[in-house]
Amino acid sequence: MSAFMPIDIDIVHVARLARIDLHPDELESYRAQLGVILEHAAKVQAYDTSGVEPISHPLGFTNAFREDEPAPSLPRDEVLSAAPEARDGYFVAPPTMETE
Amino acid sequence: MSTPTIAEANRLFEEGLLDPVELLSEVLHRASLTEAELHAYLTIDHEGARRRAEAAAERLARGERRGPLDGIPIALKDNLCTKGVETTCASQILAGWVPPYDATAVARLQEAGAVLVGKTNLDEFAMGSSTENSAYGPTRNPWDTERVPGGSSGGSAAAVAVGSAVAALGSDTGGSIRQPAALCGVVGFKPTYGLVSRYGLVAFASSLDQIGPITRTVADAGMLFEVIAGHDPLDATSYPGQVPRWDAELDAGVGGVRIGLVRELSGDGIDPEVAEVCRRVLDLLSDQGAQVVEVSLPTVEVALSAYYLVAPAECSANLARFDGIRYGLRVPGDTVSETMGRTRAEGFGPEVTRRILLGTYALSAGYYDAFYLQAQRVRALVVQDFAEAYQKADVLVSPTSPTTAFPLGAKVADPLAMYMSDVCTIPSNLAGHPAISLPVGLDSAGLPIGLQIMAPALGETLLFRVAAEVERVAGFDARPRLAEGMP
Repeated sequence: MSAFMPIDIDIVHVARLARIDLHPDELESYRAQLGVILEHAAKVQAYDTSGVEPISHPLGFTNAFREDEPAPSLPRDEVLSAAPEARDGYFVAPPTMETE
Repeated sequence: MSTPTIAEANRLFEEGLLDPVELLSEVLHRASLTEAELHAYLTIDHEGARRRAEAAAERLARGERRGPLDGIPIALKDNLCTKGVETTCASQILAGWVPPYDATAVARLQEAGAVLVGKTNLDEFAMGSSTENSAYGPTRNPWDTERVPGGSSGGSAAAVAVGSAVAALGSDTGGSIRQPAALCGVVGFKPTYGLVSRYGLVAFASSLDQIGPITRTVADAGMLFEVIAGHDPLDATSYPGQVPRWDAELDAGVGGVRIGLVRELSGDGIDPEVAEVCRRVLDLLSDQGAQVVEVSLPTVEVALSAYYLVAPAECSANLARFDGIRYGLRVPGDTVSETMGRTRAEGFGPEVTRRILLGTYALSAGYYDAFYLQAQRVRALVVQDFAEAYQKADVLVSPTSPTTAFPLGAKVADPLAMYMSDVCTIPSNLAGHPAISLPVGLDSAGLPIGLQIMAPALGETLLFRVAAEVERVAGFDARPRLAEGMP
């Protein structure tokens, strides 16, 4: 792995993955900022970590299991009352089937 | 009177010189005098607080207090869910959202009889080091209102500093409790990862986030910690074992304790005045019998880089839930993707957008190994580094922040410079270790300086023992300008 490889960011692709509709001038500004930050962040690539296992929990715990017992959950109406739109006990969302 | 500490309020309650309703009035009076300038609070729950204070006063009168937090006015960072009280995370995307449940830490405070005053300002979704990233305007530093209070728990730290709350809760992902505590001249404590349940803390970076107290004294931080800590089945990362006793060795002093000054955090990049005051405290501890040694944490610099990959990566996953469908803002579009894209573009501020994009990039195909996994390997090395340092020292110390409070706007245009202000605090988050910041002096501009003490995982007993002695020898008793001249 080469250290400090030039950071080439396809910002349009990244913004689409993140589901954030940004204007072209905003995209360019974020692309430039991310470049600077990633150049610094890329120091991790130059660091010798041979033989080191990545960790995801600071204290090294893995899965925590509990008994699978039914328990009351939040009242449906209370939860739905926070939704931008709800009807007949459901969240209402725009169509998910999209055609080009 | 000035706003008492938790310990002082307990004494006054017991002597019949104060009751919880009077204490709440005092705290709200201070809020009314300071809020226009300070903006520490996003919401003050006048009605709920009065109701709880009255109930606490009745318990006091009947001799049925539930413990040291009963009747104590406490502020909550606005990323902690409060049933029936708006919780915004200082974001437009959650404007007006009223949670249907309490965070576990909040529920535990309620059970202990605490009087919840309101919700404090923060950097949007706790992302920032200055509280300038709030969608509702910045909080100002009570020592100098042209300066930032630090962040992201800047509202909580500022409120405690001026006495518009007796104590507060914050959350700490890369220093967000400790750094604002340092910049506002109060105590901030980040417990060992998992000791305080994260249930109901709106998630930023789940493997790093930890709730903790912001208070005026070390003992107050301990009392708050004791109530909010403990296993919670609602948080799978909650620690299942015994919570260490914060006060088990509180008066034992530092005789024979090996205190390691972190070399990498005491020279280059640290303001000389800050470094000097911290060294002076070490001399005082040495006089008390501590053995002061120098230790090295070679990964400190690369830890910052790793943090700014791991935290945004987790943030990009956690904040995917804000999609305009189930709660919060919706900006309608013709399709669900359009709705999500517009909602998120309008709902998130620039720093949150920046971190989501950064994290999305670091997790995307082709970059996952090079950035995210490599950062998690560096994280393993940070843990190893600490383990080696703890062979030579029982606790480690450093300044909490490389500088005292900086002027508003000074780092807004330069995200990387802002990120650098977390260099001293990030290693403890990556390792999951406990750390505390306490005020130890003022710089020549009259701004507070914080000293950070770090301990190994579950090392809270020793951490509080050393912190209590630092508090005693430093004898910090200065008050912020905004609180001066108050009755």
